[in-house]
Amino acid sequence: MRALTKKNLMILGSILLTFIIVQALLLVGILDSFHEITISTICINIILAVSLNLVTGFTGQLSLGHAGFMSIGAYVCALISMRMMSTQGFLIGVLTGALVAAFIGILIGIPTLRLKGDYLAIATLGMAEIIRVVFLNLEITNGAAGLNGIPRFTNWLWLYFFTVTAVVLINNFIKSSHGRACIAIREDEIAAESMGINTTKYKVIVFAISAFFGGLAGGLYSSYFYFLKPDLFGFMKSVDILVIVVLGGLGSVTGSIIAAILLGLITTFLQSFTAVRMIVYAVLLVLIMIFRPSGIMGSKEINDLFKFRFGKKEERIE
Amino acid sequence: MDQFLQQIVNGVSLGSIYALIALGYTMIYGIIKLINFAHGDIYMIGAYIGFAVTTYTNLGFFPALIIAMTGCTVLGVIIEKVAYKPLRNSSRIAVLITAIGVSFFLEYTMMFFVGAEVRSYPSLFTKRAFNFGDIVINMQQIYIVLTAVALMILLQFIVHKTKTGKAMRAVSVDKDAAQLMGINVNTTISFTFAIGSAFAGAAGVLVGIYYNSIDPLMGMMPGLKAFVAAVFGGIGNIPGAMIGGLGIGIMETLVSGYGNSMYRDAAVFALLIIILIVKPTGLLGKNTREKV
Repeated sequence: MRALTKKNLMILGSILLTFIIVQALLLVGILDSFHEITISTICINIILAVSLNLVTGFTGQLSLGHAGFMSIGAYVCALISMRMMSTQGFLIGVLTGALVAAFIGILIGIPTLRLKGDYLAIATLGMAEIIRVVFLNLEITNGAAGLNGIPRFTNWLWLYFFTVTAVVLINNFIKSSHGRACIAIREDEIAAESMGINTTKYKVIVFAISAFFGGLAGGLYSSYFYFLKPDLFGFMKSVDILVIVVLGGLGSVTGSIIAAILLGLITTFLQSFTAVRMIVYAVLLVLIMIFRPSGIMGSKEINDLFKFRFGKKEERIE
Repeated sequence: MDQFLQQIVNGVSLGSIYALIALGYTMIYGIIKLINFAHGDIYMIGAYIGFAVTTYTNLGFFPALIIAMTGCTVLGVIIEKVAYKPLRNSSRIAVLITAIGVSFFLEYTMMFFVGAEVRSYPSLFTKRAFNFGDIVINMQQIYIVLTAVALMILLQFIVHKTKTGKAMRAVSVDKDAAQLMGINVNTTISFTFAIGSAFAGAAGVLVGIYYNSIDPLMGMMPGLKAFVAAVFGGIGNIPGAMIGGLGIGIMETLVSGYGNSMYRDAAVFALLIIILIVKPTGLLGKNTREKV
């Protein structure tokens, strides 16, 4: 296996190209600060959605508590970067936040991941609520009033860097043998277990990875919006992330990315109609679920759609 | 000791409201395996209907209760027909997202029409209170508990003594087999939504009386807690939902009475996680063996 295949080079090229185009547009001023907020929200949502998709879409464990991990990352990053006001402080904060979230993910995952389906969903929901209430009552997080004046270090460069890293790492994990074990758990847990897959181990690993990237997204969020309060990470936030994942298609990384971009654009577009914004959003949600319950991409990736055309070529290479 | 008993009294009245909401959750879950997130919002609409009836027409408590229940019944059946029925054969998560969509729709449509501000409920009962030693029981609490108990007895009667109730039980055990026995599954599901929503409507009016204030987002937290109550008692199990509701209500008042009321919600969810880990099917839930 070579890392520098034609395909990988093309992906690398398009990643760099996207970065340069957006950076240029930001510098020239075609994209103003209002657009920048939309872009940042989209990037953060991509990390959140792809990491939740790893748990819910690929491993089949419905989690309604992703916002809990996001809040842990956000608070840890904010507290660290408020004491170390430098880019290093920000990076240490983001990574520490993500690690703490992953650690809490393991702690919570070991007992709760024995549960299945709706029970797991409701247990993760409860866990996120407990995290929220704890932040609401802690001295260091300033309770319901929240933290203000978090230094802003998140910019387009860091956002894009972390988003690409998260997506690539999660995508590689899914393509690895560990990832195939997770997909086996989703398809049939009992069958997977009888094939020698340690289901509990994989579920906890996946939960921890997902919590790690959830925390990472939280850290970026806190450093971009420089204001945090526990109510931002309630049940609604977890639902928002789940909606992106389901809309994009469970088990499709590119689907999550497309849905995050689409929803980000829709919300920005609806911003001018504040009164009916949520009503339109709700109606769209119900309609999409009724007419396309498997989401935009189903469980396919975007390159699966082109496989049909390039099918013969690939066979020849093998 | 007196304070403890007083907290129990408060807990029972709050708990019977939770139990009413939890009954709807548990019945709907039992029959189509859906966590109906919109249930808490039906309860909110019930509270608003009760508010409108008592404020603008000067009707008493019982007419308000009946009208709110009827309104919610109609709403529940419409929601089931429009949003859930087309998804009968899709994945469970798609239906779950639809339920969340419906929930948002109800919340924000209500907010659009009545505004986001908190409204205070008219007081429907005299301020009379009964003293038993140092324990105070007021008129509202008596009405709340009596209404809840009456509705629960009615539900037990419907489920166990009528033909529709028998159909509901049959469909919740095995939908396909019930259909083969000549039961109209769709009608039965609609009927379950009707009863569940009527109960949520009643709970809405009762909570308006109990807390004196209503707002369009009031359904979220009680909705989640009522679901916790349903899981606590064993989801799909009607007596379980009643016990779970009362248990959660009493626990909540005890935590706010003796501990920190800020930790009230956390305590409820912590209890849920402990219950799920120790006995995943809830207090009265039956263990089902996994078949390969």
